Amino acid sequence: MASKAKNKKLTPTQIEYQTVAQAHEPPRPVLKNVLRAFFIGGAICLLGQIIQTFFITYFKFTEKTAGNPTSAVLIFISVLLTGIGVYDKIAQYAGAGTAVPVTGFANSIASAALEHRTEGLVLGVGGNMFKLAGSVIVFGVFAAFIIGLLKWAWTALGGAA
Amino acid sequence: MIFFWAFVIGGLICVIGQLLMDVGKLTPAHTMSTLVVAGAVLAGFGWYEPLVKFAGAGATVPITSFGNALVHGAMQEMKADGVIGIITGIFEVTSAGISAAIIFGFLGALVFKPRG
Repeated sequence: MASKAKNKKLTPTQIEYQTVAQAHEPPRPVLKNVLRAFFIGGAICLLGQIIQTFFITYFKFTEKTAGNPTSAVLIFISVLLTGIGVYDKIAQYAGAGTAVPVTGFANSIASAALEHRTEGLVLGVGGNMFKLAGSVIVFGVFAAFIIGLLKWAWTALGGAA
Repeated sequence: MIFFWAFVIGGLICVIGQLLMDVGKLTPAHTMSTLVVAGAVLAGFGWYEPLVKFAGAGATVPITSFGNALVHGAMQEMKADGVIGIITGIFEVTSAGISAAIIFGFLGALVFKPRG
């Protein structure tokens, strides 16, 4: 839909160019990307499980409370790898495998902060940190709010919680 | 066994993300937002918690669990304080993740030099 609306403003030559360019666009290697995402994403979750089990076994966390320190450790590792430039290399290989886990969330914050470091701490780092992660927080919070309201209405009408 | 399922379920959630990007032609930001909302909706139906029991970190590490945690915090406070609890409780469970990302991210920007 959006592309159609855009096409209206283009000259016939431009439209012709676009169709030619689209025909020559290399097809995305979907299967390869999916396999990479599966193995790297799975490996990150496996690492998370190992850290979580470590916290439960040695620091007396329960299965419920171990989630927080586990994310914190993963986030720390991710920021460290982002800082030394390794995370982005893995991300190029793994696609969604590194973007979907919480490490990808941390990576988007850390890399935005680093990228705009030269613009200063307040306007650069502070202002741009949530450039990419912001949409996740906004949509997550708004969805949670709507779902909370629906649940509240549901229980108020006598439904089971 | 939990290690095996953490790997498989975590991997599969990433595959869903990859398919949204490759087949659905969504940008990474759109993909992440979709997954977070999906996690929140699953939590609303009470279907995310069984997945966490089954797959452990395979369900808690992907970004879908962020949506789940937001709904959980809201529901928890709502049960105690009524409808206002939705607002006050939303960040209750996710506080650790967001705070850690801000603090470490800021420290990272101080310590490391931008590259590339």
